[in-house]
Amino acid sequence: MLKNLSLAATLVAIGSMPAAAEKLSDNAVRIGVMTDMAAVYADLSGQGSVVAAEMAIEDFGGTVLGAPIELVSADHQNKADIAAAKAREWIDTDGVDMLTDLVTSSVALAVQEVGKEKNRVIMVVGAATSRLTGENCTSTGFHWAYDTYALANGTGTAVVKNGGDSWFFLTADYAFGHSLESDVSKIVEKNGGTVVGAVRHPFPTTDFASFLLQAQASGAKIIGLANAGSDTINAIKQASEFGIVEGGQNLAGLLMFITDVHALGLDAAKGLFMTTGWYWDLNDDTRAWAARFEEKVGRKPTMVQVGVYSAVLSYLKAVEAAGTDEATAVSEALKSMEINDVFTTGGKVYANGRMAHDMYLVQVKKPEDSSGAWDYLDVVRTIPAAEAFQNPAETGCPITN
Amino acid sequence: MTTIFDMPIAILGLQILIGLQNGAFYALLSLGLAVIFGMMNVINFAHGAQYMLGAFLAYILLSWLGLGYWWALLLVPLLVGIFGLAVERLFLRHLYHLDHLYGLLLTFGLVLIVEGVMVDMFGASGLPYSKPDLLQGAERIPLSWVTGNERDIMMMPVYRLWVIAASIVVCLIVWFAIEKTRLGSYLRAATENPTLVRAFGINVPIMVMLTYGFGVALAGFAGVLAAGLQAVTPHMGSSLIIVVFAVVVIGGMGSIMGSILTGFVLGLIEAVVKIAYPEATNIVIFVIMICVLLVRPAGLFGREA
Repeated sequence: MLKNLSLAATLVAIGSMPAAAEKLSDNAVRIGVMTDMAAVYADLSGQGSVVAAEMAIEDFGGTVLGAPIELVSADHQNKADIAAAKAREWIDTDGVDMLTDLVTSSVALAVQEVGKEKNRVIMVVGAATSRLTGENCTSTGFHWAYDTYALANGTGTAVVKNGGDSWFFLTADYAFGHSLESDVSKIVEKNGGTVVGAVRHPFPTTDFASFLLQAQASGAKIIGLANAGSDTINAIKQASEFGIVEGGQNLAGLLMFITDVHALGLDAAKGLFMTTGWYWDLNDDTRAWAARFEEKVGRKPTMVQVGVYSAVLSYLKAVEAAGTDEATAVSEALKSMEINDVFTTGGKVYANGRMAHDMYLVQVKKPEDSSGAWDYLDVVRTIPAAEAFQNPAETGCPITN
Repeated sequence: MTTIFDMPIAILGLQILIGLQNGAFYALLSLGLAVIFGMMNVINFAHGAQYMLGAFLAYILLSWLGLGYWWALLLVPLLVGIFGLAVERLFLRHLYHLDHLYGLLLTFGLVLIVEGVMVDMFGASGLPYSKPDLLQGAERIPLSWVTGNERDIMMMPVYRLWVIAASIVVCLIVWFAIEKTRLGSYLRAATENPTLVRAFGINVPIMVMLTYGFGVALAGFAGVLAAGLQAVTPHMGSSLIIVVFAVVVIGGMGSIMGSILTGFVLGLIEAVVKIAYPEATNIVIFVIMICVLLVRPAGLFGREA
């Protein structure tokens, strides 16, 4: 009898929840950060992305539409099958409403498909491939911090305009490397440069000596590194052994994060151009946010980590504006919002899900110009959003409004 | 300039030297594995992690204690070797009477733990390590004595020459110690018949423990050499170790000279593939392994059981 009474009381209590919360699935908004916790991308995303998401929830106030905001996280080990299975589990049994970070292109493509099938918001931050908002775009999928088009456009254009008009590529032999090489080749040729050759190296490679010698023998002015992480680091480190830069050739790292510069050291990285969506030392706001992050994580944030913060914060604002956590409504709210936070000001979300914001062409400082750890980059040029990202009409994405 | 196959001979020569230098790592690492397998019948999957520890210890000695490269070459193998002794004493010793598989699983578990701890402490993206001034720069190696052309000059980085030389010297010392000295003969006898050797008053368990420590120390030494060439990362060993296992299988499990020669030769073959068809670099060694196993199941230098 007593049991029945308490059950009845519970049912009454549920029935009398505030009206706003009824529009939320399970009376809570759940955000899942899926990332690489232990392998090559753990420093540029990883636990730092989880902390950034926590900071966003904290700054938003911990509740939305009167309901609590919950955070879950998981390690996808850079494997698309693991990621897709985990995403289904999160959505089906844990009631997760939005998934973010998703570093590694293959993972992001797989999870974005799951989001399309299950009608959930997918906000990719860590992965690079521009296919996410091109041929593989979805109506509830978003791409936040950068993409291969923006990298190719930023670094490629700047280098050709500085006189680097003949290129040789060292390309990681898998989907990401190939798409980066092809994006950059188009930009180089569009700006009047030529591509004299490429060598496809296995992923990962620790000794680049042989490939560097082939690049050296090509006589190209620029050796473009269409790879990432430890591959890029080792290629740059070993290039100095063979006097490639002294010999008049220059290297262009096409996807580099501040953690890569940290790993290389300024001696090896000085003078390199790279394109980034964010740098901690842009203004007082970015410096303050970075200091808060560093206190928790022990290093400065990358554009991916601050991008996760911006994605989560924007998602919560969109849930509030839409008055629901239903994915289509939230996606529409996101696409009609202007993104203003520590990551960007005046950011716009295109119909294909691409968040267009200013990008920065930066150059790595010389050791004598740096005041110490993490003071690594000079902003050479701010690339306006409209120029940095591809016009949605040209991306091959069928979603146009 | 003289050319062969449209390639300047100086560049070709350099590629071959670099192949030899990569072979030097294969030789050093497969040698340690061969010593451990030959003497103890343990498949030491942790060899890559111990090599990675060697590189990290070199970094730690330099950045925390200010001890440079030469000190690292001396101290790191000792420290990594002591780590190996502890592993043998605490864990491996209890598995000798079981199937090979248990030792493999144990050492694989160690890899996961050690890599996890290093990622947690130092991050995944790697650390820079600077070479000593003496080994900076590049050496001009004239080839005019071969081609008669004064312009044929190879510019080989000094550090890579040093890696080749150091590796050859260490490999030969190990081979000599095991095959030609009295201590080596005890070791070989103890693997053939431990009970009989014990009857002669030789402490076999201690000898086995020291053997493991020594094999692991070789991995630590290779790690210090690698620190000067590439970024020091927690995963630097796991990408190498599979190839090194293939080298050991090709050479013949447990054969000392077989491992050394196979290591250098495979480095050279890889160098040729890197020029001719770079995409196949990752698989060429495994293709060779399959071919060798089809013809000689015990490996090129292994004895048929």
